[in-house]
Amino acid sequence: MEERWTLVDGSRLITESLVKAGADCFVGYPITPASWIFQYACKGFPVALAAPDEITTLQWMSGLAAVGHLPVTSTSFPGLALMVESLNMAYMMELPMVVVLVQRLGPATGTATAGAQGDLRLVTSLISGGYPLPVFCISNFEDCWSLPPVALATAAASRTPVILLTSKEMVMTHRDTDLANLPPVHPVERTFYAGNEPYVPYACCEDSPVPPFLPVGSGAHQVRLTASTHDCRGMIQHTSPEAMANTRRLQTKIEALTPAVYELFEQESAETLVVSYDITAEAARDAVAMLRRRGIPVSLLLPKTLWPVPSVYLEVMRRYPRVVFAEENLQGQLAHLLYGAVLPPGVRKVTAVGAMIPPEAIVAEVAP
Amino acid sequence: MSSILVTDDLPYCPGCTHHHVTRQTAKALEKLGVSPQDVVLVTDIGCHGIADAVFATHTVHGLHGRSTALAAGIAMALPQGKKVVVFIGDGGATIGLQHILEAARMNVPLTVVVHNNYLYGMTGGQPSGLTPPDFRTVIAPEGTHLPHHNLCELVHEAGAAFAARVVGLGDFSPTLAQAFATDGFSLVEVLEMCTSYTPKLNPEFRLRRTAEAAGYALGTWPGPSRPAFRLAFGQTSASLSKTLKTVVRREKVPLPGRFGLLLAGSAGEGVQSAADSLARAGVAGGLHATKKGSYPVTVGVGFSAAEVLLSPEPIHYHGIGQPDAVVVTSQDGWHWVKPRLASLSSGTVWVDASLPPPETKARVEVRDFRKPFGAINAARCALATVMRETGVLPEPLIQLFDPAHRRS
Repeated sequence: MEERWTLVDGSRLITESLVKAGADCFVGYPITPASWIFQYACKGFPVALAAPDEITTLQWMSGLAAVGHLPVTSTSFPGLALMVESLNMAYMMELPMVVVLVQRLGPATGTATAGAQGDLRLVTSLISGGYPLPVFCISNFEDCWSLPPVALATAAASRTPVILLTSKEMVMTHRDTDLANLPPVHPVERTFYAGNEPYVPYACCEDSPVPPFLPVGSGAHQVRLTASTHDCRGMIQHTSPEAMANTRRLQTKIEALTPAVYELFEQESAETLVVSYDITAEAARDAVAMLRRRGIPVSLLLPKTLWPVPSVYLEVMRRYPRVVFAEENLQGQLAHLLYGAVLPPGVRKVTAVGAMIPPEAIVAEVAP
Repeated sequence: MSSILVTDDLPYCPGCTHHHVTRQTAKALEKLGVSPQDVVLVTDIGCHGIADAVFATHTVHGLHGRSTALAAGIAMALPQGKKVVVFIGDGGATIGLQHILEAARMNVPLTVVVHNNYLYGMTGGQPSGLTPPDFRTVIAPEGTHLPHHNLCELVHEAGAAFAARVVGLGDFSPTLAQAFATDGFSLVEVLEMCTSYTPKLNPEFRLRRTAEAAGYALGTWPGPSRPAFRLAFGQTSASLSKTLKTVVRREKVPLPGRFGLLLAGSAGEGVQSAADSLARAGVAGGLHATKKGSYPVTVGVGFSAAEVLLSPEPIHYHGIGQPDAVVVTSQDGWHWVKPRLASLSSGTVWVDASLPPPETKARVEVRDFRKPFGAINAARCALATVMRETGVLPEPLIQLFDPAHRRS
């Protein structure tokens, strides 16, 4: 195929990839550094809406999802904070949608035009009760194209909102790309309830923890959706056994159906594993290459599925006496997410705020 | 037997006006001959919200005050003929006033039925934005002494196709039917009484008399005729990448390693487009490139800066710690980059001759960037000069963005 080189930013790739995967409506409002995605969506999505505020954004998306569409929005922390209750509603109603969260420097309004990786612990705790919401993280430029369809497919298959995590430096940097070399994106396949029996909105078949979906407004059957604790028919309950089984199912389905997406580059005799994600994963790739050029064996794990945590990460980490986490926040949020409040000996952190972590900082931690 | 309600046994307190609103709603829908599967009832938190279970329609039960926005998302994507009805209380209408006004402004085809009993009933009898000034509630036993919103007038002003206020007595199903038949945003405010809290605290309460005393005028507010807001799905969207300007790759430039450049100038002087052109020229030379911009929130004034990284190898980390070249073309850029220059220990700083000499350990080169082709071309002129003198790019690629060449 003939080459088509150009300069392109991550926002454009994410937007177009989502459309190709079958996302058919975008609801947005302006917020730096997520606004480029909103602007591209207004050109590229079949339908794009400008909402007046963040809560309306998620409510409109929920309405659109309820009638059978696959909505998307992009935001940053200040917007996400206002969306949390509505995200919980969509989670409880089991409505598919993708929220692209472009991280910026906080707390609060912080610095809108500075990148950060400060929201991981937030997005892994969004749902009241600790129920898991799938979180995927874009960790290099190629992911801007390949990961959005995974997020959308997961949203549709599991009937759930999904967070697609990224950050300012990933989506607002232009990079040389051969457009002809972008792999094809296949549309998400959706099936809807087609039975003759009355539709029971939260009743599952034996082989799946996800109830079949039927859009609200369907002329064939009544559909009930609710954000409150409910039984299989969507009737509000206090804590009846059936309702609590339904609530427990929300966790089961996300844990069972969220795909483990990651890159792993192991090297024989390596004693150290570098773990990184989001924008710092790019520095980690360079750092590992630099170390290997110096003859220092080192392995690299780049998690793309951040929540729920795939067990394979723990299996890989257990193989190494030294694990070095590199992430652009002050705490080492992924390290603590995986190991708990106290990091075991041998686990080290390379952290920063206000600037990207350079490869040299990771190299210095691995081979001081 | 009602086609809209599955039971006549409603879940409200004895004497509560909600009974009447539910039955009148069903009666109005039946009058219009609407199938329950063509109706979506959207409710939220409050006693009215437990109505879902008695309706044979589609039901969606959402968050306190947010039902109008949720319903708007549903209604704008449904075909004509489907009826979307919102049940909301005066408390919910207060919480979600913005959602109601926005749906009215957009003329989303739905009907909001406001159960205005002047208080939050389910949570213990607190006042809302629709509570009359002298109406006594649990937490305001002397009244709030604040004026209430006039919801019908607010939505009318916002562009509602139809609004009406009725007292929850007698047969008001014709008014509801008129609202349901409206192809656009409609709102019916029903003045009610909460039997749990109102009589105890307001023994003199009478629906009509209290409404009159509070200035709650009854009547209708017909709006202008305009199209209802419906989304048109099924359109083919434009391919974002196909519209991008592509770069034809020419000869491979023999760049030995990464070359990082920081360009600092003024907004409106072509800094971003010049940096973009440099990166494209690099790609044309078979190099890999990244480019990013930095500017204040007021994009039309002050500094404008850009980073360009050129590399013979694919670029992962695209930060530029110690730039090989810092190019300063204006006073704004000079002030912005000054702190960074102080920490430079290598590379070359290229400054326009009009600027003061920078304090830096890096090498400094002074050239005329602004004079030859004016301020608007200063950035391109500077990048052409730097590329030429450093030999990073060959002449044919420099000419892709050099203003001297473009003019000739």
